[in-house]
Amino acid sequence: MQPSAAANPMRLDLVLVPALLGLALVIGLIEAARSPDPLMVIQAWTFVACLAGVGIWFLKRYGGGVPADETGAYQNDVVKAGVIASMFWGIAGMLVGVIIASQLAFPDIFYFPALPELNFGRLRPLHTSAVIFAFGGNVLIATSFYVVQRTSKARLAGGSWPWFVFWGYQMFIVLAGTGYLLGITEGREYAEPEWYVDIWLTIVWVAYLLVFLATIWKRKEPHIYVANWFYLAFIVTIAMLHLVNNMSMPVSLLETKSYSAFSGVQDALTQWWYGHNAVGFFLTAGFLAIMYYFVPKRAERPVYSYRLSIVHFWTLIFIYIWAGPHHLHYTALPEWAQTLGMTFSVMLWMPSWGGMINGLMTLSGAWDKLRTDPVLRMLVVSVAFYGMSTFEGPVMSVKAVNALSHYTDWTIGHVHSGALGWVGFVSFGALYCLVPWLWRRDRLYSNALVEWHFWVATIGILFYITAMWVSGIMQGLMWRAYNDYGFLEYSFVETVQAMHPYYIIRTLGGLLYLSGALIMAYNLWRTAARGDVRKSEVSGTATAVAQGA
Amino acid sequence: MFSHGILERNSLLLLVGILVVVAIGGLVEIAPLFYIESTIEKVHGMRPYSPLELEGRKIYIREGCYLCHSQMIRPLRDEVERYGHYSLAAESMYDHPFQWGSKRTGPDLARIGGKYSDEWQRDHLADPRSVVPESVMPPYAFLTNTPLDYRDIADQLKANRTVGVPYTDEDIANAAKDLEAQVNPDSDGAADVTKRYPKAQVRDFDGNPAMISEADALIAYLQMLGTLVDFSTYQADAPENKR
Repeated sequence: MQPSAAANPMRLDLVLVPALLGLALVIGLIEAARSPDPLMVIQAWTFVACLAGVGIWFLKRYGGGVPADETGAYQNDVVKAGVIASMFWGIAGMLVGVIIASQLAFPDIFYFPALPELNFGRLRPLHTSAVIFAFGGNVLIATSFYVVQRTSKARLAGGSWPWFVFWGYQMFIVLAGTGYLLGITEGREYAEPEWYVDIWLTIVWVAYLLVFLATIWKRKEPHIYVANWFYLAFIVTIAMLHLVNNMSMPVSLLETKSYSAFSGVQDALTQWWYGHNAVGFFLTAGFLAIMYYFVPKRAERPVYSYRLSIVHFWTLIFIYIWAGPHHLHYTALPEWAQTLGMTFSVMLWMPSWGGMINGLMTLSGAWDKLRTDPVLRMLVVSVAFYGMSTFEGPVMSVKAVNALSHYTDWTIGHVHSGALGWVGFVSFGALYCLVPWLWRRDRLYSNALVEWHFWVATIGILFYITAMWVSGIMQGLMWRAYNDYGFLEYSFVETVQAMHPYYIIRTLGGLLYLSGALIMAYNLWRTAARGDVRKSEVSGTATAVAQGA
Repeated sequence: MFSHGILERNSLLLLVGILVVVAIGGLVEIAPLFYIESTIEKVHGMRPYSPLELEGRKIYIREGCYLCHSQMIRPLRDEVERYGHYSLAAESMYDHPFQWGSKRTGPDLARIGGKYSDEWQRDHLADPRSVVPESVMPPYAFLTNTPLDYRDIADQLKANRTVGVPYTDEDIANAAKDLEAQVNPDSDGAADVTKRYPKAQVRDFDGNPAMISEADALIAYLQMLGTLVDFSTYQADAPENKR
């Protein structure tokens, strides 16, 4: 087609990806030029600027012919980019978390009346989206691209399409995040991006599914490895949830605002069907896939039970979907739906612990490595936190417990024991494995720094979740307390005042957790960029840890 | 005899299997809500938002109020005593999206309408700690000096109609006029506002009649929350309410 193609092997993706980016650029320019909505104009220019950057990057990468990375056994550059992006967004998201925790602890210091962009209501979705979708999403995309290649013994399919997935996903993050600061939101938790960002994510996600599937189709192994079942369930189910929950009517194609297709009760259950399964499939199934590859690899032991993998995979994905109504106990949702949601949430305990047992017991015969390998310890502790929060969840879904816990900080604590303990630690463990493997280093720069990270972060989590247990249960009890005369004992604001010390402890916990991530970033940067080893660790026991390369 | 190996060797079968398994729960739980009477009943008094209230609601969503305030009173003794009658499904029937919330860092707002004066709401929004010293709420001082952008209010109503809110052609044609009239009780259109939107409160909400501000819209929205259904005549035990 093109003269330059003669020098390169003919690649259709090098026509299609630029064509798609070009089409997006045209649409972005039309929006920027024609929209009467000042916020849409800002978003459109942001989109155009991102596309221009990606375009230049694309020319640099493919201008001189097809890079060696895309002709070898495995395509690694896109995974490396994912590792860097994960670390960047992780720190950004945790930092925003510390800021909003500080706002609740010290409102007089951390609010700025002249800057509505930095109010809690706009930063909170920025925090949740940054840690879940930007950090978590990048970890999932990067590890899935790594794992599917190794377990299929095939190079990533699609040539530059994986790069489209990577850059397209970063653009989704930038558009959504800057949108929140501007006040652009659909107003439903974890599904805040507006209609046009949703459409862009849909395109990226379809490309992701196809890259993943097409790589599986190229596999030289007869069986699809268990980690890939979980990745596939994560990708497909998130697509289903995203499409249904985000159905909405834009005011016009040139305006940011849209109205949800559903209202009231129907909207509430659709949203929590989505919201709970964002936990179930984004934060659970996807990260279980990580567990199923990285724990056995790092421990150098096979997965404990093949049969347990099958049973807990299918039961987990079947039961999770039903659990959404436990977010709506005692609301105007019909009682039968609440009861169904509660019943399935309690049942969910079993497949969750099936996964935990399968992960932990993989250590059989290798438990001694917990003493010498801090990375493996991080992975194993993540599975322990997974077990803890998947026990706490079913307890909180029981209506009698939920009557107390709902609307309080207990929920926030529960989320964070899962997010910081399980999702965070399993991601950190995977990244600590990946960096030496990808950058071809014998070992990490420092295992002592991994130890520091591990302990600082663990203490941070304990501060966080214990503070939230106390504040949540206390506030729940205060709301329902009666005095001797049969009147409510406390006004609402008295219960807010009582939260103050716990909000400070929570902020401290978050700060510790963030510090751990900064230590990690330094360690990974030294490993990747310099490849040196910390002086005090050059000889001795630490070399025993450098496995897996 | 079925062998799991079949699914492990065939990615498309695995894909279809996953889709079938994850579709069931949602279908069983969500689909009936669009048909059963208790979730689509109409309760006397409910009406679509007036244009000004709708703009106020947009600001409520824009500022992320739902992240700290619920709008869903549960049928528990302490909640009913603290906030008022428990919330009915019908009370959020025109809410696209719903704003029930999931966290009460601040109190429930489902029935906040009429509990405080406009002046209190204005001062509290601008500087929450000036009226409630222990509050942790962010300040929203800019609302009073930001003019409300309602250039496309008719399109906003139209989009709502597309998703099922029963705005009439007349409502849409008069949207901008109604919005302006609701903050100006002396205007000719003021009577039309309460005719089209019964119980709509017509007055200048932010204390500055010279400008229609974002505070006007937000306070108008807050002051109508939970006021539409008359619970002195609503009978929870009546057969039509026990479905």
